[in-house]
Amino acid sequence: MSSAAYRRVIEAITRVRGVRGAMLVAAADGLIVADALMEGVRGNAVAALAASLVKRVGNASEASGVGRPHFVQLRGTEGMLLTLPTGEELLLVAVADPDVNVGLVRLEMLRAAEGLA
Amino acid sequence: MKPTRVVEPWAAPPLERFVAESAARLVLLMSPSGQVFAQHGFTRAVDVMSAAALGAGIVASTGEMARMVEEPSFAALNHQGAHHGIFLGSFTLPRGPMLALVVYGPDSSVGLVQLFFEELVRDLVQSAPAPAPARPALAADFENDLNESLATLFRT
Repeated sequence: MSSAAYRRVIEAITRVRGVRGAMLVAAADGLIVADALMEGVRGNAVAALAASLVKRVGNASEASGVGRPHFVQLRGTEGMLLTLPTGEELLLVAVADPDVNVGLVRLEMLRAAEGLA
Repeated sequence: MKPTRVVEPWAAPPLERFVAESAARLVLLMSPSGQVFAQHGFTRAVDVMSAAALGAGIVASTGEMARMVEEPSFAALNHQGAHHGIFLGSFTLPRGPMLALVVYGPDSSVGLVQLFFEELVRDLVQSAPAPAPARPALAADFENDLNESLATLFRT
């Protein structure tokens, strides 16, 4: 799949009201594969921290016996970070306002993940 | 806790912050000729000297390649292994160009290292004093300076 095709898939996530950007991130490296971000979103920082978060949460959840996470949601005072691992290598990441409709974003992220498969 | 050692105290807080945030295992901050001014994680002087010489050599080699392909320079290099990655980054302090060699494990990533490397450089530039006036290089001074630096880096 080309970089433009990846971008088309993730752009659907950004159409949800309150989403500031979406990215496809290499899970092992924390580097951006494709992105569609509003101005002001620090893509490199979000990608690196999202990959680190999923790795650490994954280790903790596996150690506690509940297995690898299917979806990681981090709610902060200024916004929300939503992460969906797609296979072993890629993460779908969305950055959104704190009051975003999480269910709708998650649905779009699942659809995007299907489009990547 | 692995030690952070610095030849010049102003370099310690930025380096400690970088290590804490990036989860780097080993770090060398040095001049392009391999003269180390701060390190984290190394316990033997011989390892520091070898890593500094090899890192400086890699950057010199790729710098020459950059020149051949008419690139200004390569800002950073990353070698990814199965268990460890090596990141080599160039930056500039008021006293001149410098290099950082960072070894990270599976608890970090090149994305994290790159991200916090940018902050490390900003912190170092803010903390670094103005360059001292140049003095003539004497063989005896060089040996004394080298021994003092190694003693500081390893508390020998």
